[in-house]
Amino acid sequence: MSLLDIRGLTTAFQTERGEITAVEDISFSLEEGEILGIVGESGSGKSVTALTVMGLLPRPPARIVSGSVRFAGQELTGLSERQMQKVRGPGIAMIFQEPMTSLNPVFRIGEQIMETIRAHERLSTRALRDRAVQMLEKVGIPSPARRLDDYPHQLSGGQRQRVMIAMALACNPRLLIADEPTTALDVTIQAQILDLLMDLRDEFGMAIMIITHNMGVVAETADRVMVMYAGRVVEEAPVGTVFDAPLHPYTRGLLDCVPSLSAAKPRLVAIPGNLPEPARRPSGCRFRPRCGLAVPACAAAIPPLDPHGPGHRVACIRATAEVAA
Amino acid sequence: MTRPLVEAAALSKHFTLGGGGLFRRPGETLRAVDGVDLRIMEGETLGLVGESGCGKSTLGRLLIRLIEASDGQVLFDGADITGLPPAKLRSLRRAMQIIFQDPYGALNPRMAVEDIVMEPMVIHGAKPDAAARQRVAAMLELVGLPRQAALRFPHEFSGGQRQRIGIARALVLRPRFIVCDEAVSALDVSVQAQIVNLLQDLQREMGLTYLFIAHDLSVVRHISDRVAVMYLGRVVEIAPKAAIYDAPMHPYTRALIAAVPAPHPAGRAARRAARLRVEGEMPSALNLPPGCRFHTRCPHAMAVCRSVSPPLREYAPGHSTACHLHDPQHRPAATEEFAA
Amino acid sequence: MSETGALPLEATLAAPEAEPRRRHPAWATLRRLFRHRLFVTGLVLFGIIAFMAAAAPWITDANPNRLSMRNKFQPPGGDWVFGTDNFGRSLWSRVVWGAQLSVMIGLSVVALNAVFGTLIGALAGYFRRLDNILMRVNDALMAFPAILLAIGVTAMLGPSTFNVILALGIVYIPRTARIVRASVIVLREMEYVQAAVAAGAGHWRILRHHILPNAMAPMIVQLSFLFAYAVLSEATLSFLGLGAVPPTPTWGNIMAEGRDFMRDAPWIIAIPGVTLMITVLGLNMLGDGLRDVLDPRLRIQQ
Repeated sequence: MSLLDIRGLTTAFQTERGEITAVEDISFSLEEGEILGIVGESGSGKSVTALTVMGLLPRPPARIVSGSVRFAGQELTGLSERQMQKVRGPGIAMIFQEPMTSLNPVFRIGEQIMETIRAHERLSTRALRDRAVQMLEKVGIPSPARRLDDYPHQLSGGQRQRVMIAMALACNPRLLIADEPTTALDVTIQAQILDLLMDLRDEFGMAIMIITHNMGVVAETADRVMVMYAGRVVEEAPVGTVFDAPLHPYTRGLLDCVPSLSAAKPRLVAIPGNLPEPARRPSGCRFRPRCGLAVPACAAAIPPLDPHGPGHRVACIRATAEVAA
Repeated sequence: MTRPLVEAAALSKHFTLGGGGLFRRPGETLRAVDGVDLRIMEGETLGLVGESGCGKSTLGRLLIRLIEASDGQVLFDGADITGLPPAKLRSLRRAMQIIFQDPYGALNPRMAVEDIVMEPMVIHGAKPDAAARQRVAAMLELVGLPRQAALRFPHEFSGGQRQRIGIARALVLRPRFIVCDEAVSALDVSVQAQIVNLLQDLQREMGLTYLFIAHDLSVVRHISDRVAVMYLGRVVEIAPKAAIYDAPMHPYTRALIAAVPAPHPAGRAARRAARLRVEGEMPSALNLPPGCRFHTRCPHAMAVCRSVSPPLREYAPGHSTACHLHDPQHRPAATEEFAA
Repeated sequence: MSETGALPLEATLAAPEAEPRRRHPAWATLRRLFRHRLFVTGLVLFGIIAFMAAAAPWITDANPNRLSMRNKFQPPGGDWVFGTDNFGRSLWSRVVWGAQLSVMIGLSVVALNAVFGTLIGALAGYFRRLDNILMRVNDALMAFPAILLAIGVTAMLGPSTFNVILALGIVYIPRTARIVRASVIVLREMEYVQAAVAAGAGHWRILRHHILPNAMAPMIVQLSFLFAYAVLSEATLSFLGLGAVPPTPTWGNIMAEGRDFMRDAPWIIAIPGVTLMITVLGLNMLGDGLRDVLDPRLRIQQ
């Protein structure tokens, strides 16, 4: 049994202009100790997927239209907020892009970590404090006992993200969801945080779902990659396959359009056009208007996510055609 | 390369924080840019990289006098523009422009695209007549937007399209020098490449000179001819891009490049183990370390680094760095192989 | 993924549908406003009062000051819609003409604030050098409770309609200026303002084209609440005998006169009281609606 198993999940939002589907019919699973990278640009639905799993979407306006989210055998979609709170923490924890707004500015960071633990475990204040120090040490905060009494504004961006990770890990979650954990950070700090996440996975064996728009972050961390576009999964494969033999034109475009640090490209191969707004998605394959391989048949129906080799799924009717050519 | 179009000489910008108010106390001084010497050659793209808070954005704005320098000079086309009176500055503004990072904050939401692009022309005396509108339409076409875009408002466009509008506004006066301040950083990756290509095409067509400020080292490598690296208000290394990326001299530059995620997963574990890591984070510009500003994080720091600030010195043709490790006078035997 | 280099132009051309329609963002805002229930209710309530004020000469037949001792203390209904007061004056006439005065005073105070509050706020927010001195004067004025300051000013100048407007202007302009200043300070740092500076725009142009139009939203919200305060304060002042001189029909005056007959003729004080309440309630609902729609920070929380 997979740790996390999502089947046919569709999440929609009520807006002034009617209901908009943010995530449509996505299915994937995540094993114990595995790192899954979810890649996508704005509007791809990657963050909504994470928030749906966490039960953190405000309902309304959000609504789970269909599908199931099973975590360690337990169905999460129908749970009440109170039941969900039991899952968050020891089950699934999450860290966000902006570590400043995710910490409460009026409480000391020690209190915030202890509060998280207290919600799930009955421990003496002393034990809580020890545990908090331990967590800060784990995430690489120097002289943790002293930092416990700092307020969030006294820490730098990188340290705040470390504190967020400490809070997320305080209850030994089995799954950590990291939503653009390094986007707001500088490269040297990004490298530190990614190293930390990898070390923590190796040490605790937790699964990590890392959500990012940066293919480099995926290349550094993920075991398996899922590429999303305009609310749907377009390709899913082991990390090596995604980088060596991507089949979906969008995945290839993503890999080609970023400049390389080592090899010089005379000109970037841009993906033409713009990301579709949720209300104005094209018929059939959503990438069709920007795709160099599109044929009339692409407009007819949304291509299904079909298997193409071991652990490799692609939603493109032109995927094999191109490979054969 | 030809001659320098923009030059900075001992350029500094110090902000005073705290203080102010009726009961003025002496506030702390933030040295955002602290004694920078820089030359940008006509027709080149100089990349400017560094972590947030290093002063790269402030430097860009100083060069086009969007903010006033505390000390030092800016030369444009050989002439000192630092003390230029407002009237003369205004005509100079035609020649230098800026493209901003945030495609949402850079356009006035209450103006139609046509008025946004036309505004610089109107400021410089053009009548908003049919000819002006024609020029706006041509400009929009040049940056890859339809003519109909002229009558629309910013909220109707996506991030990439807004950035095109911002570029059209910057180019409408046919400037010679453009500061691209994180101009592609906020865009989705699939759109980012379009804008990078557009900037390169425009440079070729119009003979533009760019200062390309960014924190993404890959993009900077792609677009730049030379690259300058900033750390805490100072330029620590400047060189042609091949030299910077393939043979970086300053330990900070090395760390920056090593920190960029590799574009391929192969061998990542080994890479992770071998990577030059810098510990900690950039100190605050309010409280600068003495000596070399990087010594608090530098794996090669020596005694001299803690007390003497290294000057920016040319060690190879066109390749300058501010680091004692390369100075024969200070270079210890142990780091011989590092400098080699 | 080969020949994609030439494609971006076409693709962007196709992106927004091709009909050239000049859709000002204000239209969308208006549409949202008229879908906002609170705003519409407020608009209707205040609309009734505004209509009474505007149509006063045509919807009243009696001079509001015509005495008719034979008809004093007539209860509402019958010949006298709202009844009569202790001098037999038609309460309907007096309340309607009072509405006119209230709306007129409210509008004048709002206009004074719109001009001087904006001016002071914009100058203080835009020119850092002026900020200190302007805001300290402002703070000094705001240190007094609003109504006490208004009472002080009218007591000094003497009771008259004009002086009430002046007093309320002095009381509220600092508050408006603060709000304008706050948004100007935020807008001054916007990148489109920086872009205008980089293009060589002067201060006047930047204020006129880039800052003030974008500072309008919080300003309009503030002014709609201010209208309510002004009407309420005017009633208070004339109730205290510091407003328009009796027998001028103002709601405050009517209520002050009716106070002595509260037990026998409660309508004299109740009717202008209810009218005042409807006005203030309407304006506040209107203001809440405007705030929800125009001020995005608060809209998110909604």
